[in-house]
Amino acid sequence: MTAVATLPPSTARPLGHHLATAFLAVVVLAALFAPLVAPYEPDAVDFAATLAPVSPEHLLGADQSGRDLLARVLYGARTSLVGPLLLLAIASVLGVALGTLAAWRRGWVDAVVGRVTDVMYAFPGLLFVVLVVAVFGNGMTTAVVALGLAYAPTIAKYTRSVAVAECGKPYIDAYRVQGMGGLAICVRHLVPNMARPIVGYLVVLFGEGLMSLATLSFLGFGAQPPSSDWGLMVKEGQPAVVQGAFLPVLVPGAAIALVVVSFNVLGVRFADRLGVRGS
Amino acid sequence: MLLSVEELTVEAGGRRPILREVSLTVGRGEIVGLVGESGSGKSTIARSVLRLLPQRARVSGRVLVEGDDVLAMGPEALRGLRSSTVSMIYQDPRSSLNPVRRIGDFLTERMVHTLGRPKAQARATALELLAAVGMRDPEARLRQYPHELSGGMLQRVVVAAALAAGPSLLLADEATSALDVTTQAETLALLRRVQAERGLGMLFITHDLHLAAAFCDRVHVLYAGTIVESRPAKELFADPRHPYTQGLLACTPDLGDPRPIRPVPGRPPSLDDAFDGCPFAPRCPHATGRCESARPEPVTAGGGAAACHLLEP
Amino acid sequence: MARKLAGLAVTLLAASFVIFGASYAAPGDPVTFLAGGKENLTPEYLAAVRAQYHLDDPFLVQYGRWLGGAVSGDLGRSLQYNDQVADLLAARLPSTLALVGCTAVLFTVLGVGLGVLAAVRGGRVDAAVVAGTTLATSVPPFVVATALISLFGVRLGWFPVMGGGSLWHLTLPAVTLAVGALAVVSRVTRQSMIEQRELDHVTVARASGLSERLIVVRHVLRGALGPIVTMCGLVTAGMLAGTVIVEAAFGLNGVGSLLVNAINTHDFPVTQAVLLLMVTAYILVTTLVELVQPLIDPRARRPA
Ligand SMILES: Nc1ncnc2c1ncn2[C@@H]1O[C@H](COP(=O)(O)OP(=O)(O)OP(=O)(O)O)[C@@H](O)[C@H]1O
Ligand SMILES: [Mg+2]
Repeated sequence: MTAVATLPPSTARPLGHHLATAFLAVVVLAALFAPLVAPYEPDAVDFAATLAPVSPEHLLGADQSGRDLLARVLYGARTSLVGPLLLLAIASVLGVALGTLAAWRRGWVDAVVGRVTDVMYAFPGLLFVVLVVAVFGNGMTTAVVALGLAYAPTIAKYTRSVAVAECGKPYIDAYRVQGMGGLAICVRHLVPNMARPIVGYLVVLFGEGLMSLATLSFLGFGAQPPSSDWGLMVKEGQPAVVQGAFLPVLVPGAAIALVVVSFNVLGVRFADRLGVRGS
Repeated sequence: MLLSVEELTVEAGGRRPILREVSLTVGRGEIVGLVGESGSGKSTIARSVLRLLPQRARVSGRVLVEGDDVLAMGPEALRGLRSSTVSMIYQDPRSSLNPVRRIGDFLTERMVHTLGRPKAQARATALELLAAVGMRDPEARLRQYPHELSGGMLQRVVVAAALAAGPSLLLADEATSALDVTTQAETLALLRRVQAERGLGMLFITHDLHLAAAFCDRVHVLYAGTIVESRPAKELFADPRHPYTQGLLACTPDLGDPRPIRPVPGRPPSLDDAFDGCPFAPRCPHATGRCESARPEPVTAGGGAAACHLLEP
Repeated sequence: MARKLAGLAVTLLAASFVIFGASYAAPGDPVTFLAGGKENLTPEYLAAVRAQYHLDDPFLVQYGRWLGGAVSGDLGRSLQYNDQVADLLAARLPSTLALVGCTAVLFTVLGVGLGVLAAVRGGRVDAAVVAGTTLATSVPPFVVATALISLFGVRLGWFPVMGGGSLWHLTLPAVTLAVGALAVVSRVTRQSMIEQRELDHVTVARASGLSERLIVVRHVLRGALGPIVTMCGLVTAGMLAGTVIVEAAFGLNGVGSLLVNAINTHDFPVTQAVLLLMVTAYILVTTLVELVQPLIDPRARRPA
């Protein structure tokens, strides 16, 4: 929270946007070029540097095993950013398909999709994901797939509402009159026409997805050691806090917080532009 | 004079002011009518008596209640005025009451929280008032919620609440417009009775010129934020001078009157219509070039005044 | 009302079915899964597990037995602690409920307070409240937790860092949970108050000389209560799941950390029981929230 709380409130709106954009650009570049810019290997153990403070050798300090925190946080940007992307990809493929199907067919298909969504919503927070992890075991793959499944109903619901409005437009009927099949209309026209609001909605969900995935890693259900996923880094750094060394949790913690905050700052505006309704 | 509005001008961002140099008076025991089309500024006049004006409105002129200028008084004096001197009755009784509070709360709230009366006494007064406005079983009414009462009954409750503080001025803003004809008649009779019993001054706002003429002592006709005619009610009705008043009377059907109904042509002006001359000129059948360019001043006419170039000597 | 309760029952049943059926979705033989998924299991032990879970019965019979047991308070035995699951839950529940209770009080008072402040003051205060709470929500709870531990627990030493028991121990966890809920509660409060403020009866109250403070309390806030109570109820219901994260972060011995341990030790009966408990509580609380609406809004009451 230390760094976060001092971010300017919305009075400095343009400044906030610039800061957020710049920060995200840096993070993406760091993720892409981690091997080039990182001063050490992310898993290079050096017990001489255990819990090293900030110093020229270790710009952000080191953790209990003397692993350089800057290197770890740079490499960690990879899993921490790719994970949410993947889970949103899974969720949007499933969700858009189900939502479009429900809106297109209506009737019992719609009802079934609605009931499945209801049952999923009966699991508060991450509990559905926790159930999947309990059955299929810990690990990044399970966590990403489970989160994808958990996010799918939300996207399906949103897609359905957009698609219902879209289906009422005359061009759909026009294609039907031309004898085009339902699947072809959906894939070639309906879904592309809904792309803007859906992508906007996904942008809004990205920050949440990143948070959820990091949380799973923090609980030990997601990324496993020796990964340098940010959530896992916070978990592994926790014992050091009691010894008075805050860097191992603060560095990855601040990274998560700043990325999510930046994403939300930009996402809201982006979503507005793309015409996301009442998210 | 109980209420005296002097040269009141209210501007709220439109191309013309909502009210322009409005002057009117209400004496004790007098019923003064205010008639005009929708959007002409009737409610704004009533609200300015309680200083409930739009947030960023620019106001000039004076509104004197018992000699004190409402627009210039301090917050304490203003609350005193609102709570005990002036009461307002609104068009829609259903939206005047908080739907989640009991009738009893509505009636006693002002007495307890602004006049500082003890609860028991306020309750007794509320019961008396409900009986006075002709409600049966007042005890039970106090415990009911607004949605359990009919519109006519609610308007009685609103009248009772308006009387609770023993005001000397009553502002009735289309107090009967939302009611059906029989309840309308009952409410009018009730208003007239309490007004006479208590010697109240009353500003009676309506868009029905016939009703105003029958109910009031004097009537002001408002058009686009200016008063175009002010006359004693009977004379106004028998012999309207301003073309707009004539038009208003001609467009209401009368039983046994063989004349055809003639609506006033054109549409009521919005805040975006600005006028150099007479605001009614664009719709006036007798308009001349002068009407378009010069604003008419009120001239004495038939016991009152009317602002029309045609009446100028 | 009857329809609502029926819908509630159906959703609960479906959720319990998902929770129970999940063990059959696991790859491999359910016996090895239920036995904890370890390799070196003796045939005798597997047979015992098979018998304990009646794995030779048809699936629906097993489900019925499990559900019947759950309803009557028999949630099976834990593989890890070799204890009745119900006893484990009973031992852990009070601390979790205390945490949820403290959190609910905190975010209700602070969230509604901030929302009222934003609505009444407007302008800069409004912008600051909205920006601040939105920012606070963007930080994941476990990061907030570690930050609070670092600052108030270790650096300043004001609060105990780990473990539970007293209200003192619950302060930091409750604050952590509440921070995430502030934004949505204050936003609903603010929005609902702004809508109420525009209503005619508020102007009528103002015209009768009531002070602004009384107008806000007796009319605006009172009218806005419906959505506020709904949102606070929903957030509280969701909080049950939030305890998983916070209890793990603060090392509290509650139901949430029981769940995390159960998953890490492949203790599936405990996992199932905790999930069932949380889902049930969640659905019950959300239904309860709907049921109290008529108390808040007399218009929602049926004519007697
Ligand atoms: N708060 C406000 N801000 C800006 N303009 C306003 C506001 N309130 C009223 N007006 C404008 O002032 C004009 C007069 O409104 P007012 O309510 O006084 O009319 P009225 O004669 O009472 O109409 P009605 O018969 O419909 O009640 C209208 O054009 C209206 O749009
Ligand atoms: Mg009006």
